[in-house]
Amino acid sequence: MTQAVHHPGRIALLGNPNCGKTALFNLLTGSRQKVANYAGVTVERKEGTLRTPAGRSVKVLDLPGAYSLNALSNDEAVTRDVITGHSSEALPDLLVCVVDATNLRLHLRMVLEARRLGIPLVVALNKMDRAEKLGITIDVKSLAQHLGIPVVPTVSIGTRGARALEDHLDRPVPARGSSTWAAQGIEEVRQTQQEVLRIFRATVKEPAVDADPSERIDRIMMHPFWGLLVLGIILFVTFVSVFSIGGWLTGYVEGAFAWLGGLVEGAMEDGLLRGLVVEGIIGGAGGVFVFLPQILILFFFILALEDSGYLPRAAFLLDKPMSRAGLSGRSFIPLLSSFACAIPGIMATRTITNWRDRLTTIMIAPLMACSARIPVYTLIIAALFPGQPLLATLLMIGLYALGIVSAMSVAWVMKRSRATHERSSLLMELPSYQWPDPRSLIIGLWERAMIFLRRVGTIILALTIIMWALYTIPSPRTHAQGTPIERSLAGEIGHALQYVFAPIGFNEHISIALVPGMAAREVVVSSLGMVYAMEGDEDEVGSQLQARIATEWSLGTKLSLLLWIVFAPQCLSTFVTVKRETNSWKYMWIMGGYLFALAYLASLVTYQLTNFLTAA
Amino acid sequence: MADRGTVPLRLHQLPDQCWATVSDVMVPPNGADRDLVLRLVELGFVPGERVRIVAEGFHGREPMAVRVGHTTFALRRHEASFILVEPHP
Repeated sequence: MTQAVHHPGRIALLGNPNCGKTALFNLLTGSRQKVANYAGVTVERKEGTLRTPAGRSVKVLDLPGAYSLNALSNDEAVTRDVITGHSSEALPDLLVCVVDATNLRLHLRMVLEARRLGIPLVVALNKMDRAEKLGITIDVKSLAQHLGIPVVPTVSIGTRGARALEDHLDRPVPARGSSTWAAQGIEEVRQTQQEVLRIFRATVKEPAVDADPSERIDRIMMHPFWGLLVLGIILFVTFVSVFSIGGWLTGYVEGAFAWLGGLVEGAMEDGLLRGLVVEGIIGGAGGVFVFLPQILILFFFILALEDSGYLPRAAFLLDKPMSRAGLSGRSFIPLLSSFACAIPGIMATRTITNWRDRLTTIMIAPLMACSARIPVYTLIIAALFPGQPLLATLLMIGLYALGIVSAMSVAWVMKRSRATHERSSLLMELPSYQWPDPRSLIIGLWERAMIFLRRVGTIILALTIIMWALYTIPSPRTHAQGTPIERSLAGEIGHALQYVFAPIGFNEHISIALVPGMAAREVVVSSLGMVYAMEGDEDEVGSQLQARIATEWSLGTKLSLLLWIVFAPQCLSTFVTVKRETNSWKYMWIMGGYLFALAYLASLVTYQLTNFLTAA
Repeated sequence: MADRGTVPLRLHQLPDQCWATVSDVMVPPNGADRDLVLRLVELGFVPGERVRIVAEGFHGREPMAVRVGHTTFALRRHEASFILVEPHP
C-alpha cells in the first residue's frame, strides 16, 4: 500500500441514530442509491454515488446508526465490523463522522472513538441551521483544533447544505494509519466522557434557557392520559386517510387497468393468448396494483411520524400495556408497519435488540390486518350488510381489533412458554421533534413502492398465470356436466380440497380461489371472480360477485371466510421473509402452523355455531 | 461506591420533574447488566450531569423518560436503578 496522499474514492458516513445521517446521505446521493443487505446478516446496506464540485465520482456508504462501537445491536455490530476491517467490505478512504450540532454533548464521544481507527476522519456538523435557531453557537475552528480533525458545517434539509462537505471531498486525504481502537471498559468510557465535556465546554455556548420546544410538547404528547388520547387521534386519522384517500385513488388504478385490458382486448385476436394477457396478466397485476395507494398512504404517515420523532414517544406510551403481553414498546413500530404489509413490518423488527422480543414480534406481525386483506373484507362485509355502512364499518373495525387481540394473546402465550424470565430492555432515545424532511420521505416511499412492485412483478404475476392455466386446461378426467371451471384442473383441485374445507363451510368455488390465495391473499378476490366465470372489468366483477355471494353463500360461510382471512397464513413472501430474518426454517414452519391451526379452528367454530344458531 | 455526605437516591426513585445530579453509576458484575451500564455511561449518564424525569407511565412509573444533557431517553425502572443521583434542593 502506498503512503502517498490521495483523493478519497470511497467514503462512509458514521454517526449516532437521529444525527440526520440518512437525510445527509439522501442529500449527497439523491436517487443514485442502491439498497441491499450486508453479507450474511439482515442489516440494510445503503450505498450511493455523489459527484464532487470538481467532477470526481465518490462512493458513499451509509453505515447503520450506532451510539458506540461497543456494539449492542446487529446494526452496531455491522458498523463496527466494517470500519475496523472485520468484514468483507473494503475500508473507506475517509470516514465522515456525522454529529448533531444541537446535541454535541451526546455525539462527540463517537468522534473521539472514531479517531482511534486510523482512518482519515472529517466531522460533519449537521443540523447547523437548527442549532442557530436554538441560539447555540459553536466555535467551529476551535472545535477542529481540539479534535485535531477538520470540521465542516452541514444542513441536510434543503439543497445546498452539503456544499462544504463536498468541497472537502476534493481535497486530498492522508493514507490510512494503523488502528489503535479496542473495545473500551467502563473506566475508559468515563475518561472519554470527561474529554468530551472539556471540549464541549470550550467550544459550545448555549442560551441559559433551552429553546428546544420538545420538552414542552412532550408534556402533552407523553402525558399518560392526554398522550394516549393524541396517539389514538393520530392513528384514527391515519387509518381514515388510508381508507378514504386510498379508496379514492384505488378507483383510478382500477379504471386504468380496465382501460388497458379493453385496449389489448380490442387489439388482439380472440384466443388463448388474449385470455392469458387480458385476464391473466393485466387482470392479475391490476388486482394487486390497487393496494399500492393504500400501502403508500400508510407508509407516508409512518415515515413522517418516524422522521418527526413522534414514533418513539408512541412506543413509550404503549410500552407498559405491551409489556403485559410480553412485548416492549419497541415492537410498536414494526407492528404498525405490518398494517400496510407484514414484510416491511418484519424487517423493521431489526431494531429490537432482545432476540426473544424480536422473535415474538415477527411471529405476530402477520396477524395485523395488512392492506391485502382489505378487498376480501370489503367484498364479504358488503355482501353481509348491503346498504348499511355503519354496521359494515363496525364489523371492519372488529376484524382489525380481532387481529390485534389475537396477536397480543399469542405474544402472551409465547412469553409464558419461555424457560427463562430474562428482563427485556427498553433503553430508547426520544429525539427532539423536527419537521419531516420531504426528500427523505419521497425516497422512503419510493423504496417501499419498489419492494411491493417487485412482488407484483414476480410472485403474484407467476401465480396469476399459473392459476389462469389451471382454470383453462381441462381435467384429464372427463365429466359429462358442469361449467368449464368445474371441468378444469382447478376444479379438480377444488373438489379434492372439499375434504379439508367443507367442515368450515367453504364450497368448491371458495376452495379453488384459496389455492392461489395461499401464496398471496391479494389474489383471492380476483380468483373468486375468475371462478365465478365472469368477464368484464374489475368493477363489474366486484359488484356481480358481491350479489352472488350475498345470495349463494350462507351466513356461516361468509363469517367463516372472514375469520379465515384474519388468521390464515396466506402469503408466500411473508414465509420467505420470516425464514430470512430468523435464519431458521423451524420458525417459519411454526409461524405457518400456528396461524393455520388458529384459522381452521376459528372458522370451524364460527361456521358450526352459526349453523346451529340459525337452524334453531 | 463513593457516597459523600447525603445518601443518594437511585434514579428510579427520583420524583417526577425534579432536577438532580448524577453522583455515580453502579457497575454490576453480571454480563447483560454490565453491557447496559456501559451503554448508559456512553449515552452521558456520568457523574456531574444534570438529569430530570420528564414523563412516566401511568401505572407503577414504568417506563420513565429521563432528560440528560440535551437528550431524552426512555428507560425501564430496572435500567434507571443503576444510576445514583442527588436531588437538587
